Amino acid sequence: MTPGQTTTSAPLLRVQNLKTHFHTRQGAVKAVDGVDLELAPGEILGLVGESGSGKSITGFSILGLIDPPGRIVDGNIEFDGRDLLAMKERELRSLRGNDIAVVFQDPSMTLNPVLRVDTQMIEAVRAHEKVSIEAARQRARDVLVKVGIPSPDERLRCYPFELSGGMRQRIAIAIALLNRPRLIIADEPTTALDVSIQGQIIHEVRSLCRETGTALIWVTHDLAVIAGLADRIAVMYAGRIVETGETDEVIHRPMHPYTRGLIESVPSGSTRGARLHQIEGMTPSLPELGEGCAFRDRCHRATDQCRVTPDVTLLGDTREFRCWHPETGGEQ
Amino acid sequence: MSTFVINRLLQAFLVLLVMSVLVFVGIYLVGDPISMLVSPEATDLERDAVRESFGLDRPIFVQYVTFLGSALQGDFGRSFLTGEPALQLILERMPATVELVGFAMFFSVVIGVPLGIIAGLRPEATYSKVIMTGSIFGFSLPTFWVGMVLIMLFAVQLGILPTSGRGETVQVGAIELSILTLDGLRHLILPALTLGLTKASLIIRVTRAATREIQAMDYIKFARAKGLSSSRILRVHLLKNVLIPIITVAGLEFGQALAFAVVTETVFSWPGMGKLLIDSILTLDRPVVVAYVLIMVLFLVLLNLVIDLLYMVIDPSSREKVRD
Ligand SMILES: Nc1ncnc2c1ncn2[C@@H]1O[C@H](COP(=O)(O)OP(=O)(O)OP(=O)(O)O)[C@@H](O)[C@H]1O
Ligand code: SF4
Ligand SMILES: [Mg+2]
Repeated sequence: MTPGQTTTSAPLLRVQNLKTHFHTRQGAVKAVDGVDLELAPGEILGLVGESGSGKSITGFSILGLIDPPGRIVDGNIEFDGRDLLAMKERELRSLRGNDIAVVFQDPSMTLNPVLRVDTQMIEAVRAHEKVSIEAARQRARDVLVKVGIPSPDERLRCYPFELSGGMRQRIAIAIALLNRPRLIIADEPTTALDVSIQGQIIHEVRSLCRETGTALIWVTHDLAVIAGLADRIAVMYAGRIVETGETDEVIHRPMHPYTRGLIESVPSGSTRGARLHQIEGMTPSLPELGEGCAFRDRCHRATDQCRVTPDVTLLGDTREFRCWHPETGGEQ
Repeated sequence: MSTFVINRLLQAFLVLLVMSVLVFVGIYLVGDPISMLVSPEATDLERDAVRESFGLDRPIFVQYVTFLGSALQGDFGRSFLTGEPALQLILERMPATVELVGFAMFFSVVIGVPLGIIAGLRPEATYSKVIMTGSIFGFSLPTFWVGMVLIMLFAVQLGILPTSGRGETVQVGAIELSILTLDGLRHLILPALTLGLTKASLIIRVTRAATREIQAMDYIKFARAKGLSSSRILRVHLLKNVLIPIITVAGLEFGQALAFAVVTETVFSWPGMGKLLIDSILTLDRPVVVAYVLIMVLFLVLLNLVIDLLYMVIDPSSREKVRD
């Protein structure tokens, strides 16, 4: 897929000014505070940001799975031209696991410990399609083969605790693929696994999505993971997208100081093993955030102007960033 | 699996042996039953004769070994008071108690689990707070007081339910049951309610805590993300996990209630084992007390075994631990 295509085809998902807040005793936690995202059919988007930046909550908001005290207070989510926020719970349910699927971070916690794998897969099929148990089992079996699970019939009869972490995560991915969704939200699905399995799974998911034309949002705090996987990157900081663009563009010519910090903290071939450059400071605690750029306490370019929240700056067709004083140099 | 069961039974045997020594010595220290066995005017000679005929003149060690020898053959001795075999006395009373306690536990689970789940799913809702406040009352009011109030209300004021005895019973095999006749059922309601109220409160609290914990689990969120209906998530994903702690608590409570249904049985003159125990202790009827305690220990050990087996049915990962 070439960059031109991504922008011209009608978007599969369009998120505009999404605000999801949690009402706690200490005040409103603005976990997601004005997120804009756009995703073309079949496109792979890497959503990057450090812990607490609001990546998971963005994903759950799209699925309509925000529980009290959380609430979507503003914004717009369109999937395939349909307004998700206006949907009734019943319509949303028929969408979940069917058109939009998820994979969670921790494979040891996403499968129900007291139910067999086949139960958990078959019910996922039959929640959306009136097929026989046998037909559903057959489909489960096929998908397990697809995600590289040997002797699937045996695995289907297992309880989750009888499987390794990597195996469980493959099964979770298989469940996401069961109903041939148009969008998969993968929320750090490999962080709990060791590096070699991580690489394998990322490779497999990528080729499966390419094969079926499934769009993918891959959530991570690890930019290195994204670099070889995503068409586009969205960098999230304190509840906002601070920079988006084509993967190569963003990695080689970051505009936002935070993106640059992230890139510099990734070990490259030559510096592997050396101490990583860390972005100094911590993610601000969300209730304390006031007006202005949320990154300014940690930013080496900050000026008085940064007390005012920066607007989105457009750069070409596909680049966007929110910063008053972008890292102008493409000269690395 | 079968090694597990055999191991547990061996353990049970050991526990029984230790308990038998403790009970035997304990009741020996409580008092000399001879004054209960002969009339106050009896001469010393007559007393000694009686003592000898019951074997009470021999050292405690010898008495114990004799007891153990016959107990192993199923003979727990005869009641000092009635001369009937102690075991038979207890077994005759057992159905009444099992029936009462079983009915009470059934009631408490049927009431407690749904209320606990409701309160656990929406902890902030007003009805949840009402349920929890109610359970605190059910929990802290003394059983005899609850029994009295129920009697006052349903028997004295409204006059719709009887207050004592088992009512009409039906013979099923060697067992007499009240639950099968309308009159028996009416007799059963108040004592079972009294006993079940505390149990239900406890079950509500356990269920609510478990529901809240399970509800927050990733796999519940994942089940929702799969697009399952909320009723399937509740029935299959939540309930199966919530049942694990409930089985433990309900099982232990069942055992407790069975062994110590004394208060309820006394208030409602229910002719069960609890009353038998109290009467036997008061009259120093050694064989009955010893037999009672041993049977209860045996029962509790078996009950624990059943709980563990049930556990394995519900929680597959507990099967793993047993395999080796
Ligand atoms: N139930 C909740 N109540 C209050 N605050 C919450 C709740 N859930 C999430 N938050 C807040 O929302 C913010 C964003 O959380 P989110 O899980 O989206 O972060 P994340 O980017 O996915 O981080 P991580 O990489 O650690 O998964 C966090 O600061 C968190 O404190
Ligand atoms: S707006 Fe200012 S503080 Fe924020 S990233 Fe840009 S330069 Fe830094
Ligand atoms: Mg997260």
